[in-house]
Amino acid sequence: MSKLSLIIKREYLTRVRKKSFIIGTLLAPVGLLVYLLVIVGLSAYQGGDEVRVAVLDEAGVAKQIPDERGVRFIPSGNKNLDQLKQEVMERKIDGVLRIPPLTSFKQTDHTVYYYSEDKLAPEKSELIERRLATKIRDFKMDSLHLDSEQLKLLDSEVSIDPESLTGEDKDDQSKYTVGVGLAIGGIMTFLLFFMVLMYGQMVMRSVMEEKTNRIVEVIMSSVRPFDLMMGKIIGAGLVGLTQAVAWVVLSGAVSFLVPMVFGLNAPPPGAMDGAAQVDPELVQDTVTRVMTELSKQNWLLITSSFIVFFLGGYFIYASMFAAVGSAMGDDSGEGQALTLPATLPLVLAFYIVSMAGWRNPDSGLMVFASIFPLFSPIAMPFRMAFNPPWYEVALSIVLVLATAVLFVWLAGRIYRVGILMYGKKVTFKEIGKWLFYKG
Amino acid sequence: MILSVQHVVKTYGTYRAVNDVSLEVPAGTVFGMLGPNGAGKTSLIRMITTITAPDEGKIFLDGELLNSRSPEKVGYMPEERGLYKKMKVGEQLLYLAQLKGLTEKQAKDAIDYWLNRFEITDWWEKKVEDLSKGMQQKIQFIATILHRPRLLILDEPFTGLDPINTNLIKDEIRLLNESGISIIFSTHRMEQVEEMCNHIVLINKGKNVLYGEVQAIKKQYKQNLFVVELDGVLPDGVQIPFPVLKQEKGAYTFKLDREEDSSNLLRFFLQQPPRIVRFEEILPSFNEIFIQRVAETETTA
Repeated sequence: MSKLSLIIKREYLTRVRKKSFIIGTLLAPVGLLVYLLVIVGLSAYQGGDEVRVAVLDEAGVAKQIPDERGVRFIPSGNKNLDQLKQEVMERKIDGVLRIPPLTSFKQTDHTVYYYSEDKLAPEKSELIERRLATKIRDFKMDSLHLDSEQLKLLDSEVSIDPESLTGEDKDDQSKYTVGVGLAIGGIMTFLLFFMVLMYGQMVMRSVMEEKTNRIVEVIMSSVRPFDLMMGKIIGAGLVGLTQAVAWVVLSGAVSFLVPMVFGLNAPPPGAMDGAAQVDPELVQDTVTRVMTELSKQNWLLITSSFIVFFLGGYFIYASMFAAVGSAMGDDSGEGQALTLPATLPLVLAFYIVSMAGWRNPDSGLMVFASIFPLFSPIAMPFRMAFNPPWYEVALSIVLVLATAVLFVWLAGRIYRVGILMYGKKVTFKEIGKWLFYKG
Repeated sequence: MILSVQHVVKTYGTYRAVNDVSLEVPAGTVFGMLGPNGAGKTSLIRMITTITAPDEGKIFLDGELLNSRSPEKVGYMPEERGLYKKMKVGEQLLYLAQLKGLTEKQAKDAIDYWLNRFEITDWWEKKVEDLSKGMQQKIQFIATILHRPRLLILDEPFTGLDPINTNLIKDEIRLLNESGISIIFSTHRMEQVEEMCNHIVLINKGKNVLYGEVQAIKKQYKQNLFVVELDGVLPDGVQIPFPVLKQEKGAYTFKLDREEDSSNLLRFFLQQPPRIVRFEEILPSFNEIFIQRVAETETTA
């Protein structure tokens, strides 16, 4: 076995066998499981204790409101406000809802009053507001002799359908295309950012550990410093890929198994905001359209670009972290400033994507960020779902790979000097000099 | 020659750590590398162990210019040593031996042999951090010699060892040397140099300031000092025809001229009534030679 592969093997195995790695790898999907269970549980939860509300309808708009989500509407009958208040005090009911008479038919703002000793939960308060708004609307429609069918005809839905000028664009784009693109891009950016940062720093810690352990001189009497550094970078990178694959597989298994075990379907996220009027057909339609959009994506291109940009970005930043780790050594507190050149561009790239990318994936800033090699590993994958011009992608890939090679080479030159340097406070100027040391 | 260093220069920035050093280590010797702190010993050793490369000059190991296979012929125990704390002893030795070019099988056999020899076979599964410092040092020593290097470089090998373990390691070094392994031994402890080394080099300020066989150097630096100790006193009126440097009770120290035959001194005292209990040439200790040479090079520099 070559020395490089021996080093990779050790770096990989010691990390993968660590308890923290195994726990982290297993726990993330378990976390997803818990999340799903919480969502399922919450949607089944009716919002606490039932609240009994007497409706004193002075406007005559709400004859009967059906009970819903922990709110029981009780018609006031012939009782007046004082009597009802008395009932509240006697705890027969929880509150009184007084709907004052409508002053004018043109009135669009309505205030209703709620008398109670307890505060109304925001969720219930919103529910009551929505129900009353509907009742008042129905009342107005009745008065105008409109029926709801006629009213529906007034509502129009407009959506922009982007078409290419040449007509070559077979893919019929829609608003879903953009949404799905953003989602895919967002997930890719997030994953890349965290993996590059996490595993880059893992390389840094591992370099520092060998330096402070003082084993590095023993190792370097057997292997070239460059091999040791590369072994670490590749080993940690493989750990990252292992974890990513494990997460994907386990998460897939979890989200597949949970509904089977509990006989439930995880509700669509929309169910959380309490919009009870979600049309099941509309949901069905949305899901179908999203699925269509997902299947229309060029997954081969997306996956392969993810891998290319992960490799490029990882090698660029991991080699920076390795160089920084070699320069830091014993006193990690003192060397914190040295990590800035490695973390700053990464965070900046993530920031650019999350601010500018969401608004417009093809803006000038995003085009720049997706080509500039320190940002492109984070920014270009975000744009991949929006069919960026091929030459921009090609340029970006060439630049990121070339930069990765350059950075690995530079880091190797810094590493070989830094790793043997003890008891010296290291500055950027000093590191710059190391680049030109011979041998 | 196991090692030949020819006009080697190493510069870090503007600092010249090794300045035109040449030396040869004959095969089969224990070679002492001496010098004050910061003299350039470690820089020189790092070049011999291919950790760094010389800016100028050449280094030959076993007749070959240093190359990518050279590390397999060298075992190096640095002064600042360490092991992976979280790794088990067995795994660690296996890894380090494989990095030196042994196959897994060869490495396992060698580890078994050495753990047996030190009677620590039950350490295989122990983590290094659970061992005492002295125990770690033993593991470190084993790691250095597992691959049976042609040249063994030990930088202050006894620091941190108790007298029992020091002797244990000393004996192993001797046995390894007898089995044909050449040893470079870097230290400040002069009594160890005199005890263990056949050849030495003294390095100061990046330069080779003294180099040669131990006995020859001692001869070169001797001051013709002799001591004669008598059981009793010389009779009154006896004149000693040699210059007495000092006298303590019955012990006389003489500084003879270079041409003077020390036998004449002994002959004179044989004719005197008191019994001679000691007659000895006082050779300079390496400590003295060391301090003298360092002082000389400081003033000329």
